[in-house]
Amino acid sequence: MTASGISVRDLSMSYDGVPILERVSIDIAFGTFCTIVGASGCGKSTFLRLLLGQERPSGGMILLDDAPIPHEPTPERGIVFQRYSIFPHLTVRENLLMAADFQGSPFLGRIFGARRRAAREAADALLEKVGLTAAADRYPAQLSGGMQQRVAIAQALTMKPKVLLMDEPFGALDPGVRADMQSLILEIWREQDMTVFMVTHDLQEAFRLGTRLIAFDKVRVDPQFPNAYGARITYDLPIDDVTEPPMDPDAGLALPDNRAEGAEIAC
Amino acid sequence: MRLINQKISRPAHVALAALPFVLAIIAYTVASDLRLQANPADKLLPSFASMADAFWRMAAEPDRRSGDILLWGDTAASLARLCIGVGISTGLAVVLGIPIGLIPVARSSLSSFVSTLSLIPPITVLPVLFIMVGLGELSKISLIVFGTAPVMIRTIALAVAELPKELLIKAQTLGASTWQIILRVVLPQILPRVVVAIRLGLVPAWIFLISAEAIASTEGLGYRIFLVRRYLAMDIILPYVAWITVIAVVLDRGLLMLSRKSFRWAHLGDDAEGGRL
Repeated sequence: MTASGISVRDLSMSYDGVPILERVSIDIAFGTFCTIVGASGCGKSTFLRLLLGQERPSGGMILLDDAPIPHEPTPERGIVFQRYSIFPHLTVRENLLMAADFQGSPFLGRIFGARRRAAREAADALLEKVGLTAAADRYPAQLSGGMQQRVAIAQALTMKPKVLLMDEPFGALDPGVRADMQSLILEIWREQDMTVFMVTHDLQEAFRLGTRLIAFDKVRVDPQFPNAYGARITYDLPIDDVTEPPMDPDAGLALPDNRAEGAEIAC
Repeated sequence: MRLINQKISRPAHVALAALPFVLAIIAYTVASDLRLQANPADKLLPSFASMADAFWRMAAEPDRRSGDILLWGDTAASLARLCIGVGISTGLAVVLGIPIGLIPVARSSLSSFVSTLSLIPPITVLPVLFIMVGLGELSKISLIVFGTAPVMIRTIALAVAELPKELLIKAQTLGASTWQIILRVVLPQILPRVVVAIRLGLVPAWIFLISAEAIASTEGLGYRIFLVRRYLAMDIILPYVAWITVIAVVLDRGLLMLSRKSFRWAHLGDDAEGGRL
């Protein structure tokens, strides 16, 4: 029972009778950088959507600071998706002004005058932090994938969320760009007081960034009926050294032999 | 090289695009000449000169009976009906289409109803309109609205429903209410689609406009065509059809240009080469 942080109790989720997650329970302390790995279809993204409140769990609950999270997205939980995270009809700077617009003007959805100038300054400061000052007046379609994700991260930060959720945010980026983005997100996480959940396919990335790594996998597999059981958390590793990945990250997470091959198919 | 890999240069594109028009004009000229040689009084395929004469009479000389210049009166009357009708449809499409596409309770209550309405052949409603609201402007405009609004509403609802879920969620994590999402996220993003819906809606709108004018009217482009049909006045009908086509093309291209100018972000990915659909 944490005083502050996220507590997941007996969470389960199924779609049309097919269980995806089974009785997942975990406590995550405030300020953790939690990376989430697992085979495709093993419920990583589902877990993230439940944390976001985008979907309602079939059972169990999620507590944020000891209060159940609302079943819809709220400003205290920011999100960065792999794609479609930023508004295509707005320039980069306008994207970062949206939060201030929403807070400051319930009916017009747009603030003016001195308040807008103040918001603009804050937005420009954020843009400088993520290295996008030169692109402030460009539209998302004119930016590279890495730049778009920088905007998405900066935009999520405009609300100063307690929890930042990221669903494979760097999955579509080139390796070099990805390394830059990893450094950027680490830097931001250290500066801002927040808990980060990041789903990734890349084990190296999971070890490099996370202070805690959780892996989703199916504990029980019925070979005749692969969808019979949902996934649970199979590994929960605290990572002490956040900068250096272990020599062989895959070894630490190798699946038990009898399921090593079947896992991908099962999930 | 395979045909699908050919690149068409700009001048070649213009020449190729003009070719079918030129061929059609040549074919008409030849056919018209042949008929006029056989019978100089032939009315079916008038020469370009006699059509230009007739069009000039309609466009520049006052009518002997009423003293009005008929073409401009007809054009103004028809365009007013068309614009009011399509304008009302556009308003309905935005006001109903966005809630249907975005808000579950609106979708549940309205989408089947609008789909059913859109399947009623609009022209069958015309007698009902004549009986209920009379033969005046209201019935013609109502027909245009009835014929275009349901499909436009569905187009907009579909466009809204196709917006990436991620953007709506993102807006919520930035603290937006449903109203703010409509105003700042949904509406600006579907405006280019509204323009597309208008462009597509204009096609049936013309059909219903001309039909309504043909049946009960005292002026308008459709009225004139059906009036002079009694005298086999092809020298007036054909230029009028061409004139209607010109107006339709200008409206369509104008809307496209407006969209490109106003919604630059939506056209950033457009393929500039080889003409536009």
